[in-house]
Amino acid sequence: MTRLFVPGDSAAVAVGADKVARALADAAERRGLSVETVRTGSRGLAWLEPLVEVETPGGRIAYGPVEVSDVAGLFDAGLVQGGAHPLRIGRPEDHPWLAGQTRVTFARCGVVDPGSLADYRAHGGFEGLARARSLGPAKTIEAVTASGLRGRGGAGFPAGVKWKTVADAPAERKYIVCNADEGDSGTFADRMIMEGDPFALIEGMAIAGHAVGAAKGFVYSRSEYPRANRAFQRALDLVRADGELGVFDIELRVGAGAYVCGEETSLLESLEGRRGQVRAKPPLPAHKGLFERPTAVNNVLTLATTPWILTHGGEAYGALGTGRSRGTQPIQLAGNVKCPGLYEAPFGLTLGEIVMAIGGGAASGRPVRAVQCGGPLGAYFPPALFDTVYDYEAFAARDGLIGHGGVVVFDDTVDMAAQARFAFEFCAVESCGKCTPCRIGSVRGVETMQRVIEGVDVAANLELIEDLCHTLKFGSLCALGGFTPYPVMSAITHFPEDFRDRTSAAGTSALPRAASEV
Amino acid sequence: METFEPWSPARTEAIIAPLVTREGALLPILHALQDTFGCVPREAVPLVAAALNLSRAEVHGVVTFYHDFREAPHGRRVVKLCRAESCQAMGAEAAGRFLLAALGLPSGEPWGGTTADGAVTVEAVYCLGLCAVSPAALIDGEPRGRVDGVTLAEAVGA
Repeated sequence: MTRLFVPGDSAAVAVGADKVARALADAAERRGLSVETVRTGSRGLAWLEPLVEVETPGGRIAYGPVEVSDVAGLFDAGLVQGGAHPLRIGRPEDHPWLAGQTRVTFARCGVVDPGSLADYRAHGGFEGLARARSLGPAKTIEAVTASGLRGRGGAGFPAGVKWKTVADAPAERKYIVCNADEGDSGTFADRMIMEGDPFALIEGMAIAGHAVGAAKGFVYSRSEYPRANRAFQRALDLVRADGELGVFDIELRVGAGAYVCGEETSLLESLEGRRGQVRAKPPLPAHKGLFERPTAVNNVLTLATTPWILTHGGEAYGALGTGRSRGTQPIQLAGNVKCPGLYEAPFGLTLGEIVMAIGGGAASGRPVRAVQCGGPLGAYFPPALFDTVYDYEAFAARDGLIGHGGVVVFDDTVDMAAQARFAFEFCAVESCGKCTPCRIGSVRGVETMQRVIEGVDVAANLELIEDLCHTLKFGSLCALGGFTPYPVMSAITHFPEDFRDRTSAAGTSALPRAASEV
Repeated sequence: METFEPWSPARTEAIIAPLVTREGALLPILHALQDTFGCVPREAVPLVAAALNLSRAEVHGVVTFYHDFREAPHGRRVVKLCRAESCQAMGAEAAGRFLLAALGLPSGEPWGGTTADGAVTVEAVYCLGLCAVSPAALIDGEPRGRVDGVTLAEAVGA
């Protein structure tokens, strides 16, 4: 029996992995070969998807990107023995893109069968939970605090401090809420964990529940992630039947297409069955969260990293990284980039290394012009700032954010005024309506930016936008209104040529290059 | 392609009954109704409100807050095309314009909609988590990556 591995990850399926898996099984049967196909998560090398691996005595051998039309040729070339073929990549661990990574949160993703508890246990699964139970709640929190782990959802709040706050809050009922409402464009790490290593998230939530004294956890996911939700529910059913979690129980809930529900208080409102409108803080969710009970709201990646931290010790995790950004960040490379995918590395790379050396520059072959980091509320960086070190503080010092780890690359055909208008449009569409700066300011922003694009009183309108951004930044209740100024102002600051008067003679050269080259 | 049941009060109550005891039951109930009927019919709102001891206005407020919940079923085929930044960077806008033109749907403001014969609905979404294979879409719930206008139009027979 030869084992073949084909990702069942949404991104791999989106480019034909299901069809390839079927074609492989059919071809093997026709040839009388005894083959079992395991559907794994993705290794994260998206440009090589569908990436097929075969188990050989010398380890797994990868081939990619495989299309259905390649399948017969692969078997002719001796696929089951790892034979030579133009698509043969060799051992995936030796591929420079994987060899250069430090996989902690994603150590198992793409490797294990996400539908097999036995496979999870064979790869160190539930060792962290066992360690937490033997340490007890206080020492578990100490380990997480010692690791320096900060909230991977984007805010970067120290996870150990949050857990301690919930643990110290007196209440008969407490909750763990996993924020899996991964709405930032350019991010997909939460989805990859839910599809590729869902037990790690479940184990992380059980550790959190043990640490703070909560017996119930909710995962709030997205309706845009149907496959991830099915994969996670399947894993959850298996763990429940297995009894590993003891008294701790988890329930999967699915949102309904509201970006703002990624904001933690809005998410809690939604979980309680209301409109996803943000709450003013204080009280903090750690004191008064879901159903007014103390609640630890953590991102998928934060929770899925804690089993590793408990297994290997907080110091081992804290030894990675730079400055106050400890550990690793699963960086998600997307947009117009040659090698998109998930790259987990300790904090400390430069943005230029990420985009050019790891990402390979623009997929179009044209020069990279702008890189948006941290989702739709993150700043646009020009190549002149590629020396920025990838950590929370260095990005903040340059009026940017790393957010949930998304890096979206644009080539020189991008129109930055259109991107700035889009940032306002997005805010207008997704605003929950609770606070005036966001609800009204976003709409005024769209209108004013449109005037700039049309060349109406450009200087005065840009001044108005700056003033509006100031109001949004300091007057909004949450990050949706508060951070929309990042993409807008970074576009204006770093790409002023796209905001000059386009209607005047002097302004014609400021048209986006793609348009002026036509 | 999904098929939906016609709305009935009895069926609605049967869907609601096992869910009312859940903490924060409203969203799970609305999802269950939409999965069954293809939408959250206006007539269902009073039944949901009564079951959860909420006002009709509260339930209506929740239904209308979330982009997903609809008052009428969508077309027989559904394309959810991502229009967020990563897909923008890879040509999603052009792909969308091509698809919408092929279907005779608007690509300005409004953008998308359902064809007059009810065959196809095109909706904008903002991120499907398929950014590493941009531009991306969900077609009848199935993920599709590295799409362009032609592949999208072919997928829905436009």
